[in-house]
Amino acid sequence: MSWTRTLLALVAVMTLAADPAAAQSVLRIGLNDDPDALDPTISRAYTGRLVFAALCDKLFDVTPDLKIVPQLATSYEWGPNQRSVVLKLRPGVKFHDGEPFNAEAVRFNIERHLSTPGSFRKSEIGEVKSVDVINDLTVRLNLSEPLVPLLAALTDRAGMMISPKAAKELGDRFGTRPVCAGPYKFVERVAQGKIVVERFADYWDKANIQIDRIEFLPITDSTARLASLRSGDLHMIERVSPSDLAEIRADARLKVAGIAELGYQMIPINVSNGPKGKVLGSDPRIRQAIDLAIDRETIVKTIFGNEYIPGNQFVSPSSPYYNAKFPVRKRDVAKARQLLREAGVQNLTFTLIVPPERDRQEVALVLQAMLAEAGITMTIQSQENVTMLQAGRRGDFEAYFTFWSGRPDPDGNIYTFNICNGGQNDSHYCNANLDALLVKARQTADPAERKKLYDQTTPILMRDLPRLILWHRRVFTGFNTKVQGFTPYPDGIIRFRGLKLS
Amino acid sequence: MRGARRYQVIRRLVSRPATVIAALVVLAFIGIALGAAHLAPYNPTATDFAAVRKAPSAVHLLGTDEVGRDVFSRLIWGARASLLAGVIPVTLAVSLSIPLGLLAGYTGGWLDSWMMRLNDAMLAIPFLIVAIALAAFLGPSLRNAMIAIGIASLPTFVRLARGTVLALKTEDYVEAARALGCSRPRIAGRHILPNMLPPLIIQSSIAVAAAIIAEASLAFLGLGQQPPAPSWGSMLNAAQRYLSQAPWMALYPGLTIFAIVMALNVLGDGLRDALDPRYY
Amino acid sequence: MSLGLYIARRLIALVPTLLFVSVLIFSLQQLLPGDPALALAGEDHDPVAVAAIRAKYHLDRPMVVQYRIWLGNVLRGDFGESLRSRIPVSELLASKLPVTIELAVCSMLVALLLGLPAGVISATRKGTPLDFTANLVALSGLSVPHFWLGIMLILLFAVRLGWLPASGYAPPWEDPLRNLTTLLLPSIVLGTGVAGVMMRHTRSAMMQTLDADYVRTARAKSVPERLVVLKHALRNALIPIITLGAIEFGRLLSGAVLTEQIFNIPGFGKLLVDGVFNRDYAVVQAVVLVSAALYVLLNLLADVLYFVANPRMRGGA
Repeated sequence: MSWTRTLLALVAVMTLAADPAAAQSVLRIGLNDDPDALDPTISRAYTGRLVFAALCDKLFDVTPDLKIVPQLATSYEWGPNQRSVVLKLRPGVKFHDGEPFNAEAVRFNIERHLSTPGSFRKSEIGEVKSVDVINDLTVRLNLSEPLVPLLAALTDRAGMMISPKAAKELGDRFGTRPVCAGPYKFVERVAQGKIVVERFADYWDKANIQIDRIEFLPITDSTARLASLRSGDLHMIERVSPSDLAEIRADARLKVAGIAELGYQMIPINVSNGPKGKVLGSDPRIRQAIDLAIDRETIVKTIFGNEYIPGNQFVSPSSPYYNAKFPVRKRDVAKARQLLREAGVQNLTFTLIVPPERDRQEVALVLQAMLAEAGITMTIQSQENVTMLQAGRRGDFEAYFTFWSGRPDPDGNIYTFNICNGGQNDSHYCNANLDALLVKARQTADPAERKKLYDQTTPILMRDLPRLILWHRRVFTGFNTKVQGFTPYPDGIIRFRGLKLS
Repeated sequence: MRGARRYQVIRRLVSRPATVIAALVVLAFIGIALGAAHLAPYNPTATDFAAVRKAPSAVHLLGTDEVGRDVFSRLIWGARASLLAGVIPVTLAVSLSIPLGLLAGYTGGWLDSWMMRLNDAMLAIPFLIVAIALAAFLGPSLRNAMIAIGIASLPTFVRLARGTVLALKTEDYVEAARALGCSRPRIAGRHILPNMLPPLIIQSSIAVAAAIIAEASLAFLGLGQQPPAPSWGSMLNAAQRYLSQAPWMALYPGLTIFAIVMALNVLGDGLRDALDPRYY
Repeated sequence: MSLGLYIARRLIALVPTLLFVSVLIFSLQQLLPGDPALALAGEDHDPVAVAAIRAKYHLDRPMVVQYRIWLGNVLRGDFGESLRSRIPVSELLASKLPVTIELAVCSMLVALLLGLPAGVISATRKGTPLDFTANLVALSGLSVPHFWLGIMLILLFAVRLGWLPASGYAPPWEDPLRNLTTLLLPSIVLGTGVAGVMMRHTRSAMMQTLDADYVRTARAKSVPERLVVLKHALRNALIPIITLGAIEFGRLLSGAVLTEQIFNIPGFGKLLVDGVFNRDYAVVQAVVLVSAALYVLLNLLADVLYFVANPRMRGGA
């Protein structure tokens, strides 16, 4: 063979090899941090959910207005007294390794969520006692007590279905090479580098998936993320901070879409969790005074440029479960002072624990100034997030500043926080009437009935204020105009059905 | 040091204009730190939400930060934290290194051997990592950052102190003293200790500079001086987020750190030349 | 003492040092507040799940037992797995160490390119304003806080000018151009610090050799000045410079911590910081151990080079 031929062949091979994705569309998404293990049973980090949206389909999904819609399951039917629910499954669905999705697989997955040591889904669907396989495409979940919010749990990681065969093969290490039934299958993961997934040819809804390949790139520095979006290195970035919005809006090649989040930013107050609850927990009027001294609108305006939403209840004002009879109160320093006088407190002083995260540090300073005007001295103590949450558990706090990412079902935003001995009730607040209402609400199927029950909880909580809810964020997604068909969802997750890259 | 030599050293120090300027800069920083209350135009923790992230102007010489505080005033007040963070850890390290170095170098034998092994192990772990781990353990605060940096700086000083002791042990006057029957502690105290000081002093200047940068690095990671108290490093931490909108928030604290560290390094250079044993 | 025996003795001495390092960092981590199991849990803590994690990773056993288990595993080559991502630590090490080494190599190149000629010029023009300026520039490189320099360079080149990417490292075999552009700024940031040290040491080493007898002899023989500098002085000055290079390289490896954080380079330093903040014990242990081992080995290399290059130390003529 002549040298020229060899050379040409070599060049041809190299060109082909160097550009295998010539005709492929590749969507590059910037993540705010590196996801943890990609195993739905043990995953905790929010960013993991963004990757799961591509990899793993769930039994149900939610619409932007939080209605439950079919995904891997096509319908549900509650049994008598909401003690069981029958799910009908979608036929013809395959896992990425070719294994069939059926009732057996659902049973395997649910049992895995419940029995794996270290499973974080146990607290979400722990009420499931057993799973019955009725036929290949029908399962029944038997519950130890009625639990309507269970369905909402099945729209997230607890409802994600992984291939039983792969799970048995990989065991603990499943998270390093996940095999699910979503629109994309796992290709590779470079830790803290990138996660690459590509289109699954046998996806049940493949007609609606237009993009061939997705690369998730964790970039912790927001300036670098934004710069990469502007330079075209990234096509989309998630959870954009309000201070970066102006820059994106000014750029003609970029767009930003925002939607109210499911969660809220809050200050839990120690009401009766040990000795530190003495001062603030002694009289609800003290907590009401603190609440009245805060001007939520000014906070949202000055720190967040009015991009966020002032809040005072466990759901945002735009939620159907919001109690319109108790709107966000205007600041009233005089009333706050009066309440403190009535409670017989002079020179109220307390400490607020704040993690180093910028948003809350800045707001804490504003709060300090606002409370000072009402004669309340609030000291700021900085603590790392993990340490702060642990201190909260132990009762080693007077007030701390945290947030809740929110759940599609209102129960997920209130139950464990306010029920006596609730898993996240660090305040150790306890009110039997409230408990009765909350329990009844999670056992009632009819949304209108539930709203009435939650409405009855509002006056109790507004009076006792075991936590101060301050604002709700908007989840902003920044993206290149080349990306089309994007719909924002309140959970901030990018869904790939209908997404196109031109 | 004897009188004549001391005079020589000082003369050599002031003969170099660079050293003099550096010394003046350091003194100026100390002065700023001490007189912060009179020099700063604004209260460093006074927030002003109407003037958030404003560019440098006549009203705010170096602009304002993310909650409307005056950057210039925060720089001035921040000098206290940063200079303390430079001086205290090094003083801690030097004070501890003298007895430890004497113990290891003078005693020798297996005590020396094992101490040095432990010391080398500590030296092998990256300085910043020791500082980060310790600061995270003790809890984020300026005081704990200083302790962490002090401990992390110790191995270098111990090694230096011990090395000096070893070199001095063989000096003529020490041997003479031994021959005359002076007790070991007396020799250590009268002859060795004073002559250990010059190299330690030189190293201190550089170490203070490194400590200032270390505190800034820790604060940058969220582990040093906590907000709202001003510190140059934590100012850089906050500035990172607003880099494109308000670059002055990052520019000036960095330049300030650069200035003091540079001055300390030049001073260290001058000290090294002045105290150079070749000349005495 | 022969070279072989010297190396052997030093390598043997390495073992207790590394053991000490592992004990030190292990105790340091145990002192860190914040249960890693809880750190993993994040927002809501299911006590059963947390307890299960603790049991799985032996976090509920006493420190000494944990250390024994860990040591046993390491000797078998098992560094455990990241608590957070469940990826085996050895895999993390294998993928990240080359990145940091590449960064360190590029930084050393920058340092040599800047520092060496500056040092030579400074030494030959001793006492002139050029010498003074060069010294000042070297000191500036040493004094500038490198994480600030990094931020400023990002602002200028990535945000304002858009010439260089702000993130998105790619390995050289995947995308060589991207690899170079993403490493350029961090190498400059790290390299300028070392360049300063390089320059000053080159200068003093050159000054010493320029004064030496053989140089004076060469000059007396009317050898052209350029030849004197380059051939004789520089060649002999290279020894202390190389040994310094080996030591500084070791320091670069660990000094990349903040730089990698800022430039989002998926290397050792970033792995370490993330590990400390996530209380990912296994990762921190392994990274520190490997860094320490590298540092000690490089120091050994430096000493060996010095030993080899310096005939007087070899006990021969």
